[in-house]
Amino acid sequence: MSTLFDKVWAAHEVVAETGDAPAVLYIDLHLIHEVTSPQAFSVLKGLGLPVRRPDRTLATMDHSIPTSTEQVFGNVPIKVDAAARQVRQLEQNAAEFGVELFGMRDARRGIVHVISPELGTTQPGMTIVCGDSHTSTHGAFGALAFGIGTTEVGHVFATQTLLQRKPKTFAVNVEGRLRPGVTAKDLILAVIGKIGVSGGTGHVLEYRGSAIRALSMDERMTVCNMSIEAGARAGMIAPDDTTFAYLEGKPRAPRGAHWEAALAHWRTLRTDPGAAFDSAVDLDASVLEPMITYGTNPGMVLPIGEAIPDNRGDAVFAKALAYMGFHGGEAMLGKPIDVVFIGSCTNGRLEDLQAAAQILKGRKIAPGVRMLIVPGSQDIKRAAEAAGYADIFKAAGADWRESGCSMCLGMNGDTVAAGQYSLSTSNRNFEGRQGVGARTLLASPYTAAASAVRGLITDPRDML
Amino acid sequence: MEPVIRVRSKTVVIPSSNIDTDQIIPARFLTTTTKIGLGRQLFADWRYQSDGSPKPDFALNRPAAAGAQVLVAGRNFGCGSSREHAPWALLDFGFRAVISTEIADIFRGNSLKNGLLPITVDETISQWLQANPGAEVDIDVEARRLTLPTGVAVSFPLEAFARHCLLNGIDELGYLRSHLGDIERYEAARGIQAPK
Repeated sequence: MSTLFDKVWAAHEVVAETGDAPAVLYIDLHLIHEVTSPQAFSVLKGLGLPVRRPDRTLATMDHSIPTSTEQVFGNVPIKVDAAARQVRQLEQNAAEFGVELFGMRDARRGIVHVISPELGTTQPGMTIVCGDSHTSTHGAFGALAFGIGTTEVGHVFATQTLLQRKPKTFAVNVEGRLRPGVTAKDLILAVIGKIGVSGGTGHVLEYRGSAIRALSMDERMTVCNMSIEAGARAGMIAPDDTTFAYLEGKPRAPRGAHWEAALAHWRTLRTDPGAAFDSAVDLDASVLEPMITYGTNPGMVLPIGEAIPDNRGDAVFAKALAYMGFHGGEAMLGKPIDVVFIGSCTNGRLEDLQAAAQILKGRKIAPGVRMLIVPGSQDIKRAAEAAGYADIFKAAGADWRESGCSMCLGMNGDTVAAGQYSLSTSNRNFEGRQGVGARTLLASPYTAAASAVRGLITDPRDML
Repeated sequence: MEPVIRVRSKTVVIPSSNIDTDQIIPARFLTTTTKIGLGRQLFADWRYQSDGSPKPDFALNRPAAAGAQVLVAGRNFGCGSSREHAPWALLDFGFRAVISTEIADIFRGNSLKNGLLPITVDETISQWLQANPGAEVDIDVEARRLTLPTGVAVSFPLEAFARHCLLNGIDELGYLRSHLGDIERYEAARGIQAPK
């Protein structure tokens, strides 16, 4: 009897681990981007080594590139010089090492964790790595996917393997159905609130139960994406008919007889009944509320209608509240906000934009609020335009951009000013994450859109 | 990588818990394409005023911090982004070890690959270290032992392979490349075509 994770791990052990040495683990797919790859390419150059498997390596640009149409497609140069250098460096490295690159003006470009599922290169049972902690997103397909550092990017370039100790397993059992207005984002924020930001350290989470089975692939990706915010190495969901329906016909998914063979294999990728996990937690989805963070890590989160806890005497807690400009006992509802960001590898997919459009249709954002809506990929951008969402956003007064990581981490100049409150659908509310001194509140696309309309933190169920 | 055998140094203490890698080095500095010189940007938003002058209250800016090679921090150090720029910045600043009750997985792996020691201790030792900034500690990699100036010595977890690499200055890439034959056999067994 073994877990989903055990099965995927065992199928990729080139050399099994021993007491003396970690396992040599084969990597099926290596995703790279402009920020964490240059130093790894430099190592290859220094050693005179090639990228061993360019056919299993895919490059795009997402972190530092601009989202303004003039800078991406016009003749306006990239505003941030260092970012422009980084983009050029990836173009040169990809050409030199024969790696396929979806460059700045490529119609298939987007956030690395958004485009690989769209292409169908993310598939059940694979091992997938990227120099980015949100690689856990791909676990939504039953892949073992995790973030690595740049030294390890070099290891995968040179050998298509990594040295890894086998992590422990952690079952996250979620039964019941989410109520209307409560989303996958609220679910994962509730999980992180329950197990804490280091509750998953050393573990791979497997999300299980009827609430997870009922989620779409976009929603499953939102859940697995934030596994790292609980400290977990990865998060996984067993593939099922929802997964297969998503993948069928994707440009790089298997076809014909290959599809049938793949399906037969993928159907075996589930935890055997009775298989043991090292840890477990249970949640009831049917009682969850829309969630919002109030502090400076994603574990500082509460149901939107509740008041901020009053942890007197906890210096770290007090420092976080001081940064946020909040006090214990205050209600979150009705607090003013300055910026709303909808996007990122957490909530920048089409269903997220559809949720925002549902709220924003026929409404305008509050005066003084700046709203940035950044699709996760160029493909999603086109789909949102075809569905009429983009027109709704523009009519509401939001800024509709080209795809990228954008204001999730503010590397490309899309930043929140010091002291401003940003209601963001991204994944991290760390100090300064969206700009020096910026104060980030994490929530779902529904909550973000509803709050943009009122200019105040708002329970989206008031507007649905 | 240079061998890392022993670190004997005074400590500097940043008592916050959940120090994420965005604090260790903010994202706006990740547009670099090298590993050089990141120590200047270590803890940039905690260390400098908006005009670039140092914040005198911040631990790293106090005169007592000069030359300290061991950073003591609250629990769950290095969480968040996988950026290896975090250990690069700590090393470039002069740190050789980080001590906490918990260290995040990716940061831990990145640190070991660069010769920065991620040391986890129990709450009692952590509290003592936090209460005694500047304490002279002795970290013995071979013995996996941390000794406090009081004479109290505790062992810390360090995986056998990581210890071997640290003590001998071994780069993991060389080890992985020694398994290229196994990798080719694995690919053949799975029906994966040989690389061109």
